[in-house]
Amino acid sequence: MTSHILRITLVLFMAAGFLRPAWAALEIEITQGVDNPTRIAAVPFGWQGSSILPENVAQIVSADLSRSGQFVAMNERNMMSLPTRADQVYYRDWRILNQEFLLIGQVTPHETGGYRVHYELFDVYKQQRIVEGNVKAGRNELRDAAHLISDKIYERLTGIKGAFSTRIAYVTVDRKADGRERVRLLVADADGFREKVIRDSREPIMSPHWSPDGNKLAYVSFESRRPAVYIQDVSTGKREKVPSFKGINSAPAWSPDGRKLAMTLSKDGNPEIYIYNIASRQFTRVTRHFGIDTEPSWTADGKALIFTSSRGGKPQIYRKQLQTGKLERLTFEGDYNARGRLSADGRYLVMVHRRQGIFHIAVQDLKRDRVRVLTQTDLDESPSIAPNGSMIIYATNDRNKAILAFVSLDGRVKSRGPSKFGDVREPAWSPL
Amino acid sequence: MQLATLFKVTLLGLVLTAAGCSTTGGGSDAGAAGADVNGESAYGAGDRAALSAEEQAAADAARAAAEAEQLLNITTFYFDFDQTTIKQEARAALEAHAAYLVQSGSNVVLEGHADERGTREYNLALGERRAQAVARYLAALGVSSQQIESVSYGEERAASLGHDETSWSLNRRVDLRYGR
Repeated sequence: MTSHILRITLVLFMAAGFLRPAWAALEIEITQGVDNPTRIAAVPFGWQGSSILPENVAQIVSADLSRSGQFVAMNERNMMSLPTRADQVYYRDWRILNQEFLLIGQVTPHETGGYRVHYELFDVYKQQRIVEGNVKAGRNELRDAAHLISDKIYERLTGIKGAFSTRIAYVTVDRKADGRERVRLLVADADGFREKVIRDSREPIMSPHWSPDGNKLAYVSFESRRPAVYIQDVSTGKREKVPSFKGINSAPAWSPDGRKLAMTLSKDGNPEIYIYNIASRQFTRVTRHFGIDTEPSWTADGKALIFTSSRGGKPQIYRKQLQTGKLERLTFEGDYNARGRLSADGRYLVMVHRRQGIFHIAVQDLKRDRVRVLTQTDLDESPSIAPNGSMIIYATNDRNKAILAFVSLDGRVKSRGPSKFGDVREPAWSPL
Repeated sequence: MQLATLFKVTLLGLVLTAAGCSTTGGGSDAGAAGADVNGESAYGAGDRAALSAEEQAAADAARAAAEAEQLLNITTFYFDFDQTTIKQEARAALEAHAAYLVQSGSNVVLEGHADERGTREYNLALGERRAQAVARYLAALGVSSQQIESVSYGEERAASLGHDETSWSLNRRVDLRYGR
């Protein structure tokens, strides 16, 4: 597998008021892409408005597609022409530049103070327009419009739903000079932009998990000096505490219907999996063993839980059918397999896997029971699968700095997330 | 920090009082056996011998207090990788803490920790097991379970921030903290 290195530096100009612009630079490094990535040219979108557009839609789309590792987006400086309408497109220009697909578009002001974005995708070789659409965007929603266009193009060209309009929750830790920690739970777009603080604390925060509707996060906070699970609405900030007990209250995982949380409680003396019914505020016990049982996660049909258990002596992943109580051990390769997450189709089990003392992200094909190690780094943890199953985001260490990284489920594409400030950990990918 | 110093001072007082008590108590208890011998000396050898015995007792008590204080200064107990059993070298200090807890009736919080290797939630469980191991040890030495609270921080509160065995060995620990 050849690995091409492609570096995209996106510089976002953010106008904070009229006079005090602030610069934010974000660097995403794609360390490995597919062998023959699709070549696409996204021409800067036309704009007739009087002010400067706050976002460069074409550039956002280029970055989205490139980040998938399946596309290479052309640098606009090398373009021979900058069409914004179909009648300005000369296929020959783009063939000479060796481009397979061409995206053009126009942004026009909308009476509500927002925008209307028109876009067209052309197949350069077939000389055909293959996608056309309009997206309405509010005053601060141009980035949303761009991600939506990326989703449409990705789906049209790969047959897989795009996940560019999703968000990622994660935890950062900043250590101050006096040794105190500032822990923050943040949510940002899947490209790292528009970061928003969900919770700011001096005590640890861990294990964020999205509700299936993408509106809420369940997470563990130590703010009461002991771990407790909280449910927080991401947009309103409204928060509730899940009833907590002596010991561990942790590892929340929303059921696919959004009505329940599987979680770990050690009120019985050792960690057991429970299911918490959010409406009735009742707990139902799922496991009963003196070993450690934790890290529950639901199967897509909501009929079973997978979880980590030390009942066999070392941590391994098990599956328990909730109706029949049938228990099955899923992992056998290696002496440390933990924090399993299933792909939406249930076929692939993504987990933390120890091999020769090193912790990697690995995927097990449950049909063939074959384990494949996806990462070459150490201390890899907290894998979270994109809702379209294309990528896994996980936490790792790079030159003594905790960063987030991406790897595709097939291991072909790898990229590193922005290492902005402090330690970044515990990523959780939102649903579509 | 200040609280800890206060405890030590209080503790020294307690140990000295205890030593004093046991000397007098021991004297009266041993009275039957020692009366004949000491009875004479009390009259004969006079105050000097009694004084030196008292001095001796005070010195012994001071030494015991110093030793106990030293042991009580040890509030972090380390564990081997993936292990939750208390190491041999931790026992003397834990016994001193147990004695102090029994005597003072203080409350104690046991904070269990793990190193960064492995998953965060599993490490949270591992930290709890370590805290529970210490709690059981203290309970076996007579400390009431009402006085003990175990909290696990897993790998969230590293004592050393490195990514090597030296740091990891410092992070696999239980911190013992006296409550209000």
